[in-house]
Amino acid sequence: MAATQEEILKGLADIVNEIAGIPVEDVKLDKSFTDDLDVDSLSMVEVVVAAEERFDVKIPDEDVKNLKTVGDAAAYILKHQD
Amino acid sequence: MSSTNRTVVVTGIGATTPLGGDSATTWEALLAGRSGVGPLEGERYAGLSVRIAAAAAVDPEDVLPRPLARKLDRSAQFALIAAREAWADAGYTAKAGEDSSIAPERLGTVIASGIGGVTTLLDQYDVLKEKGVRRVSPHTVPMLMPNSPSANVGLEVNAQAGVHTPVSACASGAEAIGYAVEMIRTGRADVVVAGGTEAAIHPLPITAFANMMAMSKNNEEPEKASRPYDKARDGFVLGEGAGVVILESAEHAARRGARVYCEVLGQGLSADSHHIAQPEPTGRGIAAALQSLLDNTDLKPSEVVHLNAHATSTPQGDAAEIKALRKVLGDDLDHVAVSATKSMTGHLLGGAGGIETVMTVLALHTRTAPPTINVDDLDEDIDADIVRDVPRALPAEGTIAAINNSFGFGGHNVVLALRSV
Repeated sequence: MAATQEEILKGLADIVNEIAGIPVEDVKLDKSFTDDLDVDSLSMVEVVVAAEERFDVKIPDEDVKNLKTVGDAAAYILKHQD
Repeated sequence: MSSTNRTVVVTGIGATTPLGGDSATTWEALLAGRSGVGPLEGERYAGLSVRIAAAAAVDPEDVLPRPLARKLDRSAQFALIAAREAWADAGYTAKAGEDSSIAPERLGTVIASGIGGVTTLLDQYDVLKEKGVRRVSPHTVPMLMPNSPSANVGLEVNAQAGVHTPVSACASGAEAIGYAVEMIRTGRADVVVAGGTEAAIHPLPITAFANMMAMSKNNEEPEKASRPYDKARDGFVLGEGAGVVILESAEHAARRGARVYCEVLGQGLSADSHHIAQPEPTGRGIAAALQSLLDNTDLKPSEVVHLNAHATSTPQGDAAEIKALRKVLGDDLDHVAVSATKSMTGHLLGGAGGIETVMTVLALHTRTAPPTINVDDLDEDIDADIVRDVPRALPAEGTIAAINNSFGFGGHNVVLALRSV
């Protein structure tokens, strides 16, 4: 069953917490992965792979550069999940 | 004084070793004659011919925050922990620039490893085979590259004068310290964070070394396996960890009122050009390195009272080293208290020169030579005064000097000299 935006945000918060050590409550839709959450381009690849597994979605490399904020990622997953 | 004559001193030390998570704990265990060697438990080691090693006393993942630790190979984790201790021990309170007593462009790092991120490489290959292409970590390359420990320590302290990584197998850590001394001597830097690190406890490196007939197979009595100079020695025991020192020009150290442990006089270097992995049996290359040290520094053989030997516990290597020392020092070897600390720490490969420099600094500073354990039956070929079982006091008065030897597969010989201030 497809995840809701709220579930996706919670999932992304867990992933960012695991990878970058940012407290889950600080991971919000308007936050930038690079500027606010200490996720550099290498760690972003990890975030994407973890999100793909968790939400059963494919995020091709060429789309990753458009995912600037947590909100961008949540919207992408919401739209593309099976 | 020309820049090539600048005096180099040690102002900070740090270590994480099979004997302790910092330099003080390591030193205490060393003086107590404790072995850091133990059995390798678990299925992955069960079928191996060698099932012992000297694992780090404190797991680096219990020290570093997880988001940082997961982006660092274990060798870089050790280096970072040792470097942080050394940096604070030298009296620096923040990274260069933020601490105004050191400018980033006058600070360098030279931290070496013999093998680099070998466990990262092997583990990620397992990930590729078992979990597929997507799961291979994007951090793999920056983790496994041998310059990663030096680069990560450089990022930590904001070193901009240069970040280097000499690689010469088991001489790497000592070569790093020698390179750092030259950086300061030649005026490239005022302060250098220098040392060695290694983390290669994994079934493949262990088996590869074992198949070279280089390792002790005394799986029954791990704490007895590393026994330099003993007649029954049958190879080295692999250890892991890091040792780092803060080297500084004497002027820079004086300007900021830093505590000075000792002086580093310099290094002697040579190459055997004999065999890719076997020691040259007469010790010709080692003698040449020591002679070069005496020719190029003002070290006097009469002031040398302590040697931290390379002595890995191999039949050939231990004897060749002592032979070379006797050849160059002659009767002056008689007043040298020889310690083979690998009897307790195992052999940290590229980390050895790092931790053994820390130990040599402490030996001069506290005027105490650490013991060599497991010399139950001294080999008659060993014509030197080995400090056995208990520490020995070094002369309480006057200037004293020590030599720290490191040699590596490939025929690399590095001899460092340190002197009290």
